[in-house]
Amino acid sequence: MIEKISGRRLAWCSLMKGLCIVSVVVVTALTAFMLLYVLVRGVPHITSQLLFTSPSMLRHTIGILPDILNTLYIVITTLLIVLPIGVGAAIYLNEYATNKKVVEVIEFAAETLSGIPSIIYGLVGMLVFVQFCSFGTSLLAGAMTLVVMNLPTIMRTTQESLKTVPESYREGAFALGAGKWRVIRTVVLPTCINGIITGCILSIGRILSESAALLFTAGFAHNVNGFIKGMGSAGATLTVALYVYASERGEFDIAFAIAAILMVLTVIINLITTYLGKLMERRNGQ
Amino acid sequence: MNLRTFIDQKGYGNNPRRLMEDLIHLVFLALGLVAVGSVLVITIYLVVSGLPAIFKIGPVEFLFGTRWASTASEPEFGILPFILTSIYGTAGAIIIGVPIGFFAAVFLAKMAPRRVREVMELCIGVLAGIPSVVYGLVGMTILVPGIRVVFNVPDGATLFAAIIVLAVMILPSVINVSLSAIQAVPREYEEASLALGATSTETYFKVTVPAAKSGIFTAIVLGIGRAIGEAMAIMMVAGNVANMPSLFKSVRFLTTAVASEMSYSSGLQREALFSIALVLFLFIMIINAILNVLKTGGNRK
Repeated sequence: MIEKISGRRLAWCSLMKGLCIVSVVVVTALTAFMLLYVLVRGVPHITSQLLFTSPSMLRHTIGILPDILNTLYIVITTLLIVLPIGVGAAIYLNEYATNKKVVEVIEFAAETLSGIPSIIYGLVGMLVFVQFCSFGTSLLAGAMTLVVMNLPTIMRTTQESLKTVPESYREGAFALGAGKWRVIRTVVLPTCINGIITGCILSIGRILSESAALLFTAGFAHNVNGFIKGMGSAGATLTVALYVYASERGEFDIAFAIAAILMVLTVIINLITTYLGKLMERRNGQ
Repeated sequence: MNLRTFIDQKGYGNNPRRLMEDLIHLVFLALGLVAVGSVLVITIYLVVSGLPAIFKIGPVEFLFGTRWASTASEPEFGILPFILTSIYGTAGAIIIGVPIGFFAAVFLAKMAPRRVREVMELCIGVLAGIPSVVYGLVGMTILVPGIRVVFNVPDGATLFAAIIVLAVMILPSVINVSLSAIQAVPREYEEASLALGATSTETYFKVTVPAAKSGIFTAIVLGIGRAIGEAMAIMMVAGNVANMPSLFKSVRFLTTAVASEMSYSSGLQREALFSIALVLFLFIMIINAILNVLKTGGNRK
């Protein structure tokens, strides 16, 4: 077989194969380089002083404790608000909706939302939450903006896992006389908890890496606050702090230290989602 | 009166559980409509806050004016440089990023051993998850000085640097979407081609890829959408001067034009920034429409 192939065909085949391998090597090398470079430049600057203090003008030290806390607050608040909405919307689409037009409109809206760039979310979030709802430039306004941004993610992952719940589970529960809500609450939701968790983790990843949408909504103050007071006042998340330190203050060491922390978190988040995905695959295979 | 007959009709009076079920149904409907409401609010706010300035400046001067001097004593608001920069930058990123992503996807779908595939999938996930400011930071510290030295230009913060950063940033979505398109091609197509004596490489590129072309096209359009909407990373590497685009000049994109002046803008300048956002939004909506057409076209087959 092989020897019958003409030289030109063989050359074409090897060229294509070569291009494939080169591309894969490029992608892998890029990832490895990004990881190593950021870690090598960042890790030496991660000190306890950096992690556990606030920036001090007097002592000329920079700490990112406020930014870590702000990130935590914003992640918690966003998830608390987006989860009920997103999971509820997915339940509606999968369990309740009978009108095809309504489903199409909602799905089209979700897709549109996932295509809108974060800078536009930032602008509209500023107009709607900061000015119209008069939250002021605050973590709350930032979190609300992120809720809208992450809504499609939660909707999609929940919907996907709702689809994998076998129809027979529902039928069995209905046959036992349970109402629709009860079936959803006690049978359908517990079965698709994996999908919801995957959605949460994906959203955490998106929130951690978001900067453009937060710049105009959550601002960039560095104060240590409690949860309630923190949500009402302006504050930078880690990503926003990285941007401010790198491009406005030229503190590259601090920026790389933050970048290293974010990189490690990114890798962890990816490992978790891969693991959860495998878990779900195994379960569906059975 | 009316309510009374409604309640009787639905039979809520003697069956409170049915009332509860219907109320819960309504709650879920409301949650489902949040997404629709958000899209409407975003559209309305952008149009209402973006249109006035376009008419104050004049649509033609705004869209085709070549000079942007928002803070000058006689301000000029021409956004053609931003529009062209966004188009050139996106095109450049597609030209560099799509071939790499495409070939990598073919390799992953058809040739890679299982372990290599798993490692690669992790790599792609990590690339997709890296915050855009980290890309910006690495671009700032490596790419910008590198370009200055290699191409011997006074400042490395150029359109070229932005194109490379964007090309890397669109890789994960291009790879993932083309990968699933290629994997969705029925095995029989390939078997038929192999049975006719084509080599496996020929089969992948001449049978599988053409069969998956609408999915691969979707990947490209998705990449365009991501590239045109990216702000922070290119803000850090493109230099941010409102020049007409040129590969080795400092440039400003539609997104960075909004981001860089928003914090200190006022009056007409601020309104003009919202108009830029509206133009950007229009681009995104066109891309979304194309994606939708591609999707329904693909389903019909």
